[in-house]
Order: sequence, then C-alpha cells, then structure tokens
Amino acid sequence: MSDDEKRIGVFICHCGSNIAGFVDVPAVTEYVKTLPDVVFATRNLYTCADDGLTSIKESIKEHRLNRVVVAACTPRTHAPLFQGTCQEAGLNKYLFTFVNIRDQCSWVHMKEKEKATEKAKDLLRMGVARARLLQPQEEARVGVTPAAVVIGGGVAGMSAALSIADQGFPVRLVEKDSELGGFVRQLNSVYQDRKDAAEMLKPLIDRVKGNPNIELLLNSEVTSADGFVGNYDIVIETKGQERKDKVGVIVLATGTKEYIPTGLYGYGKSPNIVTLTEFEGLVKARKLPKMSSIAFIQCVGARGQDKSYCSRICCNVSLKNAMNLAENYKNMLGLEETGAVTEAPAAQMEAPAEGGERRRGRRGRRGGAEGSEEEGGAAAPKLEIVIFNRDIMAYGIEHELTYNKAREKRVRLVRYTPKNLPQVSIEDGKLVIDYWHETLQMQRKMNPDMIVLATPLTSQADAKDISMMLKVPVGQDGFFLEANVKLRPVDFATDGIYVCGTCKGPADITEAVMQGIAAASRASIPLARGFVQPEALSAFVDSDVCSGCGTCIEVCPFSAIRKNESGKAEVTIAACKGCGNCGATCPENAIFMNCYSDEQLLAEAKAALQEAKG
Amino acid sequence: MSEFEPKIVVFLCNWCSYAGADLAGVSRYQYPTNIRAVRVMCSTRISAHIVLELFKDGADGVMVSGCHIGDCHYINGNLFTERRVKLAENLLKLAGVEPGRLRLEWVSAAEGERYSQVITSFVKQVKDLGPTPVSKDPKLVTKLEAAVDAARSFRSKTLTSKEVKLTGKGNVYEEVLDPKEYDLIIERAIEDEYQKSLIVTLSDHEARSVKELAMETGQPTDQVLDHVVALRAKNMLALDHIEGSTPKYKAISGGA
Repeated sequence: MSDDEKRIGVFICHCGSNIAGFVDVPAVTEYVKTLPDVVFATRNLYTCADDGLTSIKESIKEHRLNRVVVAACTPRTHAPLFQGTCQEAGLNKYLFTFVNIRDQCSWVHMKEKEKATEKAKDLLRMGVARARLLQPQEEARVGVTPAAVVIGGGVAGMSAALSIADQGFPVRLVEKDSELGGFVRQLNSVYQDRKDAAEMLKPLIDRVKGNPNIELLLNSEVTSADGFVGNYDIVIETKGQERKDKVGVIVLATGTKEYIPTGLYGYGKSPNIVTLTEFEGLVKARKLPKMSSIAFIQCVGARGQDKSYCSRICCNVSLKNAMNLAENYKNMLGLEETGAVTEAPAAQMEAPAEGGERRRGRRGRRGGAEGSEEEGGAAAPKLEIVIFNRDIMAYGIEHELTYNKAREKRVRLVRYTPKNLPQVSIEDGKLVIDYWHETLQMQRKMNPDMIVLATPLTSQADAKDISMMLKVPVGQDGFFLEANVKLRPVDFATDGIYVCGTCKGPADITEAVMQGIAAASRASIPLARGFVQPEALSAFVDSDVCSGCGTCIEVCPFSAIRKNESGKAEVTIAACKGCGNCGATCPENAIFMNCYSDEQLLAEAKAALQEAKG
Repeated sequence: MSEFEPKIVVFLCNWCSYAGADLAGVSRYQYPTNIRAVRVMCSTRISAHIVLELFKDGADGVMVSGCHIGDCHYINGNLFTERRVKLAENLLKLAGVEPGRLRLEWVSAAEGERYSQVITSFVKQVKDLGPTPVSKDPKLVTKLEAAVDAARSFRSKTLTSKEVKLTGKGNVYEEVLDPKEYDLIIERAIEDEYQKSLIVTLSDHEARSVKELAMETGQPTDQVLDHVVALRAKNMLALDHIEGSTPKYKAISGGA
C-alpha cells in the first residue's frame, strides 16, 4: 500500500431512532460510497456498542482502511472512544474524524427529514474531505519534575498541599499572609454545628506544619511562572527575597474576599451596619453590642445588584448566625458589660441586664432543643431576629434542617423583591428599615439595633495578575475558569495547572476541602506517572519561511513559542494547546496547525458548498 | 422554482460554541437546515483569508462563533477573532460583496437556545440578501481572489494581530494607541493591500497598462502607478512589453 493511497472507511450510526428517525441513514450510506477514496461504508444500529466497535476494528483490517470516519452523536462525548478503537486496530488515532449528525443534525431538524438527509450527506462529504488530508501524529513524551507548588494557604490550599505531600511528593505551599488559614481565619464559627472556626482550622494547620514534605513559605508570592506541564520554572518572592524553583505542577488556591457594599443600605454610615464577615469578627472578638433586635439583609450587591451571581453560602451563614443569636445570644455578648464595639452604645437598651446568668448558656447550647428552650426563658433577653431575603437557598440535608429550626426559633424570614428593596435610614441615631411586606401587602418599619449585610464572596484583587502570569482564564466575575464545569471541575485547560477553593467561585469549607483534595489528586497524576504525553494538536513553524518577526510569540496565550538560536520561531510542543492563534497570525504564513491546517479547514468547508450528487 | 436555500458555513470553537450547538440538539431546539458547521479548537484559528476563500467559492454566508469575550478557553483568542472577522468584513466591502453575509457571534456552551436563535436569524438575513452574487459574476471572483491575497499579506496580518496588544497593553514604551485611530490605520493599509493584490490578480493572465488597471480597479492613475512601482520593487510585477509608448505589466507568478 503506497503512502498516498487513501482508504477511507465510513461508519454511520442510527443511534437507535435518534438519527435514523429523522435522517434517511441508508440513503446517506449509499451516497457516501460514491465519495472519492471511500472504500467501505456501513451503518450500525449503535456504532458505540460492542458490535459497532468490533465492526470498525474488523473493517480496518479487512479493507486495509487508513482513515476512519464515524458519523454519529458528537465528538465531544464519543471521539475518544472511537479513537481508542482505531488505535486498538493499529490505526493512528489522528487518522480518525468525527461527523456530527445527531446533536447538530437529526435532533435539530426533526420535522424536515428530506432536508436533514441532504444536510447529513453534505456533512459526510465534508468529513471525508477532511479525512483525506489527515496525517498520523506522534504524541511527544516529556519528563516531569516531581514537585508541586500550591499557591494559597487557606483550607483548599492546605488540603491540596497535604494530599499531594501524603503521596510522597515535595510541595511548596506559598501563602501571601503571615499566617495560614485564609478567609476562614476571620470567622467566628462554622456551620452546621457552629464549631469554633479557629478550633476547626488548628488540626489542619498543625498537620501542614508537621508534614516533612511541605515547605511552608509565608509572606510569599509566586511572581513568575514559565514552562508547561511537568516543567515549570517559577520564582517565589519572600519579603523581597527572590528564589528560583522548578516544579511539575501548580495548584491555584488563592481564595476570596468579601464584597464591600459601599453605598448600599447605609453601609459605612453607622458602626452598627456591618457585613456578614465583620459581624463574625465582632462575635469572635466578643464585641457584640447589646441589642433587642437585629436584621440580616441577604443578597447585598449580589444576584444582579452589582455582582451577577449568587454567592451560595450567605443564606446558610446568616441562618447559622441567626440560630446562634436565637439560642446563644447571652453568651455571644462581651465578657464584660463594656464589651460593645460601638463608640455610642447600641441604639436600644431595652434588653434586661443578665449579669451572672451570662455564662450558663454555653452548656445549654450543647443540650440541644430542651437546653435552648430553657435558655429562651424569661431570664434571656428577647432578641428579635429578621432575615430579609429574596429567597433562602438552604440546599441539601443539613441546611434545610437549620432553616426549619430557625423558623421554629421565631427567626422571621421576610421576603423582598429586587423591585422593592428594603430601605435603610438613620433617624436620630437609630437605624430604620422601611420595607414592603410581600405577604401582608403593606409598608412596614422596624428599628433594628444592628444590620448585617450578607455580601457575596468576590475574586481577589490580584486574580487578573495571576491569570496573566499563569496564562489561565478568569470569567466575567473575576473567578478562575475551570476547563469544563462538569467533567473537569478542578483542571484548567492548560495541563499541569489546577484550581480549587473560593478562587473559582463561592464555596463553603466542605466544598473547598473537597476541591483541594480533588485538585491534588489531579495534580498527582503527572507527578506519579513521571512523564506527560500531550495531545498532538500543535503548531509547527516552517523555518525556511519564518522571518523571525516574533508576532506569533506575542499572541501565543501559553508562551509556547520562542526564538531559537537561528532567530526563527520554534514551538514547544508540550506547551502548545493547538488553538491556532499563531497559525492565523503568522504574517509570512509560515505556521501550520497539524490537525487544523488551512488546507484541511478549507477542504472541509468547501466540500459544504458542492452539491450532493445522488 | 423552489425557495432559495442558502449554503452557509459556520465555524464553531470546540469549547463554547460547538458545545452550545450540541446543547441546542440535546434540548431539541429546531433551526433551519442551511448551515454546515466546521469545528475548530478556537475561533481565533479562522484567518480572514479562509472566510474570503469560501465566499470566492460561492458560499452564501459565513459565520464565525466563539466563546464570549472573557470566557475564551485560550484566554484571549476571541479578541483576535474579532479583528480577523473585521478584516474579512472590510475586504468583503472592498470587493463589493454584502458584508451582511458574514457574521461574528459569541455563543457559550450553555446557550443552546440562543444558538438556535442566532442560526435562525442569520439564515433569514442571508435569505433576504438572496443568492451570492459571486457565482454569476466572474469579476467578483477576481476581486475576492485579490481580497484573499490582501488578507494573507504581511501588512494586514501583522496589523490585525498586533491590534490587541497595541490598543490594550500598549507598545514597548507602554504607549497605548487609540483604537479608533488604529482602525483608520488598518483600513487604509488594507485598502492599499487590496488594490495592490487586485493589480497583481488582474495582470496575472495578461499584461496590462497603468491606464487599463486604473479603469478596472476604479482607482486614480497616479495611485495605480504608485502601486505598480511598489510591486515592481517587491518583484511581484514586471514590465512585460511596451505597446506603442505604453508600458504593459504582468504579474510574476509565485513572486513575492
């Protein structure tokens, strides 16, 4: 068989009736047999089933196929399967091409069988035209430096670092602050059981500090990173001191910060209007003023007010704090009467003084319902708790129970709509909330002593810089963007860089830890394997044509192109992701993409413009 | 005669638009059958000359669809897509093909319904424009050939690819160029390149005088002469013979 002889086999899937119900598959199969270089064409009830895959393998041998085309559902889900099948039959997987006749044909033209059949024929003709120009590709093998850097020492970063270190790989844990713990350090307690946040953090921090595989770098930042999966050259800066290092993988866990609601609901006009995290801080520092009523306002600056998204955790954090206040208020107050934060005392002081009774509540809380009942007796201050909300997102098992308990405890949940926001004002030093009561259909007023604004978690100020440094994307809201929200939630599209925790979107501690462990597990794959084999989708430079202008180097999003000794552009195949920006850019037309060349694209697209004969 | 059914090629990026198109299928949003999709890794792959080649070959419409700005899988590939499509659009105008036959869209992986709406509206737009004028007019083919060459020229490729940097981060002196000013620079450069390519294309088959070229291109003779001089210097055009006192020029095939 000469190299030039193209022997194309085409397999057309009925997908039960998913395709065959709306496209005349036998007619398409007959048509395909008339196309140039097609030596074999068949149809299967399900090409992805065992017999379909067997038929591909057998046909490759029997008909000496050197190109395979499958027309079926979509390459996004099934291309790897068929590529694997080709490889099993000894055919290079890059000689396979997929034609989408289900998701983008039969399913979207369900009432036009004739036209859909014509379209399917065209699509097959395009696929065959592409297949004729495919070339086998070799996947390069590149060694891996067996070390990781984790950027960010919050719960996600610490979990990731521990998980990688426990597998025996050295980890540099780089934290900007002088302490580990991240955002959680600011919190008083964590839901559901309202355990002390510092107590929860301590064992994690101790394990990180005690792990011989973890090198902890506080007050440090990664200031530069170059290279590709398995081979990153990074620079870590610690208090002005730079250190060069080599790692194989990078885990990003740079965390979050709370949105500051400047200009919203009177924030900044009274020390008694605070954000949720500031409130946690007050409780933690035992600086809560005495109050007879407190209001939480949810979704401040979120869900379209400024940030577009729902911050996911604040409903449950507010519920947790409301429950804490309902069951444990006495105990949350300052240890001494003078414990109030406020320069001025809290607006109203109607709460009865509780004196020596104060300490008792702590045990009462542990006692569960009865304990709380007792606590809620005559001696306890009556505290009115209102949560203004658009809707409460108490998802999952535990949160829903907390929500129910909060209602039992007379926490009032008052709904508002974006058209009718509660209005906060200060009259004679007292806080006033004017609000429209949806159920009562009337305007109401309350005088809380404190207003807690539940604001969303937002991206860190330096997210954009990190994104530029590591060449990884951030979304519209400034959070890092994973490769695939469902199937690759902790990977970046760039191999060798992983993401976890709140830097990729609001998450609670459980989720951040899970993501940290997940990212560690993904990051350990190249470390454990010892080599990487990137998909052969790269760009190639024709050095005879290249003039060394460097325009491709400027546009490459992954720094995969550099100038070699002779001044010509050269692609680092392991770092190239095959986007084709350089190929479209090259002013000398000296760069071609091995799987998406101009020739292949034009052959495929131009085939669409021919008329189907037959 | 049956209703005009346009043939439209759509380039979809693998990560957003192709997934959005699949989602339209999974959700069974119906749309007209006129489109033929080609999958690419990133919409940035689509050079202006690829688009123009398709118009030259008789496409009634071409659409390029990528991730929304800011969501590009390759960080900022789609910023370049924007510039490349604009280049193709400018050259279409110069060649005399309705720019409405070309559309740039952003469709995310979650926008199945929007994908079907975008396709439906684009098919309607192209149907309203009618069949491509290119297949009936050989002059348009010549003009589009010139447009393809102009799109592949060093100047237009460099200018389009550098726009993102020069109007964003700025040049090596950190001077940021005004996007409007840059647009003007590009437009002028492209027109120049197009006229030059047209001269080469026209004089490819038979030798032509400056006057003839001026008539065919609709450009003033002094400008055509300028181009001819520049092209001769670049070894793309040569004096073929002198007719009476009129010099006639012919393109050097494969010259550059």
